[in-house]
Amino acid sequence: MLTLLFDGIAYGMLLFILAVGLSVTMGLMNFINLAHGAFAMVGGYITVVLMQRLDVPFLLCLPLAFAGAAALGAVLEGTVYRPMYRKPHLDQVLFSIGLAFMAVAAVDYFMGSQQQIMQLPEWLRGRTELWDGALGMGHYRLFIIAVCAVLTVALQYVLTRTRFGSRLRASVDDSRVAAGLGIPVNQVFALTFAVGSGLAGLGGALGAEVLGLDPTFPLKFMVYFLIVVAVGGTSSITGPLLAALLLGVADVAGKYYVPKLGAFIVYALMIAILIWRPQGLFVRKGGK
Amino acid sequence: MDARSRLLSASRWRWYEPLLWAVAFALPALLPGHALIVNEIAIVALFAVSLDLVLGYTGIVTLGHAAFLGFGAYCAALFAKFIHPDPLLGLAVGMAAATVLGAVCSVTILRGSDLTRLMVTLGVALLLLELANKLDWLTGGSDGLQGVMMGPLLGRFEFDLYGQTAAWYSLTVLLLLFALARRWVSSPWGATLRAVRDNPLRAAAIGISVPSRLAVVYTLAAGVAGAAGALLAQTTGFASLDVFALERSADAVLMLVIGGVGWLYGGVLGAVVFKLLHDIISGITPQYWTFWMGLFLVVLMLVGRERLSPARWFKGGQV
Repeated sequence: MLTLLFDGIAYGMLLFILAVGLSVTMGLMNFINLAHGAFAMVGGYITVVLMQRLDVPFLLCLPLAFAGAAALGAVLEGTVYRPMYRKPHLDQVLFSIGLAFMAVAAVDYFMGSQQQIMQLPEWLRGRTELWDGALGMGHYRLFIIAVCAVLTVALQYVLTRTRFGSRLRASVDDSRVAAGLGIPVNQVFALTFAVGSGLAGLGGALGAEVLGLDPTFPLKFMVYFLIVVAVGGTSSITGPLLAALLLGVADVAGKYYVPKLGAFIVYALMIAILIWRPQGLFVRKGGK
Repeated sequence: MDARSRLLSASRWRWYEPLLWAVAFALPALLPGHALIVNEIAIVALFAVSLDLVLGYTGIVTLGHAAFLGFGAYCAALFAKFIHPDPLLGLAVGMAAATVLGAVCSVTILRGSDLTRLMVTLGVALLLLELANKLDWLTGGSDGLQGVMMGPLLGRFEFDLYGQTAAWYSLTVLLLLFALARRWVSSPWGATLRAVRDNPLRAAAIGISVPSRLAVVYTLAAGVAGAAGALLAQTTGFASLDVFALERSADAVLMLVIGGVGWLYGGVLGAVVFKLLHDIISGITPQYWTFWMGLFLVVLMLVGRERLSPARWFKGGQV
């Protein structure tokens, strides 16, 4: 029971890191970006390649995965994403799904279609049992939870306590007024997009072992990211966090108790929640 | 011209249209070797027309239209396998089942923004995919539903290996449903759909009931998509999980975008171009078709899809 809850939380935390960048682009910039999973995949592949071919230690791989995905995000934002901001949602959907298709085929071409195996370092492989086995904690999952918790606190701090955070919130609430006040809205959004992509990359690197990594990753997990954002609402980061935790626990528990149903529970839960609260579960009053 | 005759003139058949359809119907006889692809094109064209009703005429952004295609396919296949092999009965069953499903799902698209709709439509398709996968005692799971034997059409015309009967069958269904869809969208009721698409708030203000329009068109379009699915299952004798896949829905959206959104021939034309492109490109690089399709989508969107749409050439720019 407790073990399930623990695994669910770890899984949810991971989903949160993967999806938080998407909630920023989608909720804040009002851009439907279905290619978000591609950035996560890039992070995952960077880690796998660095570890397997160049023997880079795991802990060093994580920031590199972040940096790689963030750089890619920044380049793409400046070149192809920006002209799409003002287009209708249908165009954005098609554009970003096209990007995702390209990423899938390109990775398939360069890396092969087989699943990549991650070799975790020794100190992350163990497992700790508490209370006579009532709670079993995999060390890697503990590590994921720790990293995600630190990131969540840091994100919350940046958004609510720093100058950049207030500029971002201002740009989001009314970009015209923000620009009029001298806030470089484009740069703020570009930086935010890059950080969001970088977080996806980091999530991909962390999650490669848990979720599996192969070229279909962006399409396979796109739905999960979208669920986190749609269910969590897009106006804060606590919404997606709670949604990710709920989803993670529901998915893990569902797959454990009724394995026959698989992902069925998650989809049904999402549809029910969205019919009940179309703007997301944890949206604040007056928010977008 | 008053409003009534304007609506009617839009629905009147032009002189060249029977000609185009005649060519389409002659193709399986003239090029017997290509009857299979004619059949395939007719089916995806029907699917694209169905999506156009929802997306092009009503503005419902959906990525889960394959739910109805797949549901129609599985219902028709199961009906043929376990109850009766007659194709027309099976078609009716597939359509009816998909229509019912559409009516049920229409409650999911009445609330929320584009994003919410995108998510619930996608969610429904994935839900059905998961169901078809897990109910393997009924659907064959990931191996697909095999051994669907169809009886002869109208009791006389056997389905052959070359697909001529299949092609004519699919073309006939396409033509009938196309004509029906055309009646719908050029009726006053169809005009209210476009009003809803262009501005739901304004449409509501002049007394159009927006939720009921959305629900009705979604249900009807689901039935048409179900017919496409039934044709697919019947003419291939097979139903597999990929009928529910995201790629199916994405392909159909792409066809519409190629051919022109909000124009029924757009779906047909897009299906022809898309299928031919698909055949040519997969002939060159069989494995990486998705890359070129992705590239095409990205470039098309950056350039602006309205600039490329053939609907502009035929209708003088007003879509």
